[in-house]
Amino acid sequence: MSGSAALPATGPRGPWLLDGLVTVVVLLGLWQALHAYAGEAAIASPLAAFRHLSGLVATAGFWSHAGATLSAFAGALAISALLGIGLGLVLGLRRFAGEVAEPILAGLYSIPKVTLYPVILLVFGLGIGAKVAFGVIHGVIPITLFTLTAVKGINPVLIRTARAMRLGQAETIRTILAPAVLPEIVTGLRVGFSLTLLGVLVGEMFASQRGLGFLIVNGISLHNVQQTTAVILMLVIVAVAANGVLLWLDRRFIHRAA
Amino acid sequence: MAVVALSADPRGAMPAETREIHASLRGVTRVYGRLAALGPLDLDLVKGEFFSVVGPSGCGKSTLLDVLSGLGRPNAGTVTFEGAPVEGVPDGIGIVFQEDASFPWLSVADNVAFGLRRAGVDAAEIARRVDYALGFMGLTDFAHAYPAQLSGGMRQRVCIARTLVTRPRLILLDEPFGALDQQTRLLMGDELLRLWRETGATVLLITHALDEAAMLSDRIGVMSSRPGRFIEIVETGWPRERDSRIVAEERFGHITARLWSHLREESLKAIGKAGRAP
Repeated sequence: MSGSAALPATGPRGPWLLDGLVTVVVLLGLWQALHAYAGEAAIASPLAAFRHLSGLVATAGFWSHAGATLSAFAGALAISALLGIGLGLVLGLRRFAGEVAEPILAGLYSIPKVTLYPVILLVFGLGIGAKVAFGVIHGVIPITLFTLTAVKGINPVLIRTARAMRLGQAETIRTILAPAVLPEIVTGLRVGFSLTLLGVLVGEMFASQRGLGFLIVNGISLHNVQQTTAVILMLVIVAVAANGVLLWLDRRFIHRAA
Repeated sequence: MAVVALSADPRGAMPAETREIHASLRGVTRVYGRLAALGPLDLDLVKGEFFSVVGPSGCGKSTLLDVLSGLGRPNAGTVTFEGAPVEGVPDGIGIVFQEDASFPWLSVADNVAFGLRRAGVDAAEIARRVDYALGFMGLTDFAHAYPAQLSGGMRQRVCIARTLVTRPRLILLDEPFGALDQQTRLLMGDELLRLWRETGATVLLITHALDEAAMLSDRIGVMSSRPGRFIEIVETGWPRERDSRIVAEERFGHITARLWSHLREESLKAIGKAGRAP
């Protein structure tokens, strides 16, 4: 009887926590060093930023701005995900269309998107529409490309197995195709998440009166360095936490499929 | 010493009249565009036998399996299973492919149970059959592992177990051990013989390994170069109770020599054809 011992499903938890703790300490150290080098006028110290942030989150105004960013981001991510996954599935299933579209999408994605922002403002106006649109143009292409690659890369023997098991078309999609492409779609969503957030924040920084991106630029304009640093800190914490959850999902699926 | 009993009928019909024909192909051809891949070919599979197919690369062995299983349709001829024409994969046929076809997102136990759940078998019966199949294939300790955590041989056993639990009456194996090392293949061969004896199923094995065919089979169909037809059916004469130790027997050497004498010529033809191809 051939075989090998099953590998452990996940690594031990201890080293993970230790790695994370060491990373946080190193980053805080670097931040403090940068503060010492550049001075209070350029960047607040970690302690000052945390203090300012704890005060900021206690104000209703902050949550109004955070809500504006969150609603624009949620809308942009939902559109990016639906459009990206839908387009990726269609292009992946239609091989010729996919081969034509893939280099076009990659080319489009290489355009510096910030140069398109004036056009987006003219089309969508000053408001949530422009922020959502700017988030979508950042997020939709990576999600499309990841989905397209996932569908194109489905192992043909899985389709033959579905036929050998006499599965119908709907059952094949539900029980074979969907789980087969899910790991790469989760990866695409993780990448799309970060880029969509980037797009929304950049949109708020350039032309908006509301949102966390606006608060950052407003802090710079008023030379309120603590506000700017505190909002950036808040965004980093939220983005890292969300990315951590998606990465956990990603690794969980990829671990199985590797 | 009588070494190899050759069927007088190159179509492969077993001479014993009392044996029940389980599946048959009559005048089957398969053409891809302008390329004649298979036939015309005739074959009768006798119920409960272990039949192997050997032939040069590209001779249409896998096409034969496709047509017999209903995964592919012949351009001409008829295919029947248990007396009924084959249109699509009929109930009662189980297929194991050469490639790893385990579902990476499911645990070993869920992979094995997949077909049963789809068929609406009740949970207790699924648990019973899956436990048996896992035990039979030596996978009990890996029931909760995922395919990515297993070796190639173990993944192939998962696929065999997944086929086994559905209790197929005809098991089609398309070079299932092709990617495994020689020792593992011999041991997997033993598993396969045990499976065949216990289930009473008819087995058709496609293989490029002459020793595998000689060890496992009641009969071996030797195919010509493309378009593949049977040029000889070799009866091994092995007892039903056998295992990989028969490779030490003198008869085993004679059978493989006999197979190679045909295949050498056909393989040279295949290579020659490949060499002239544009």
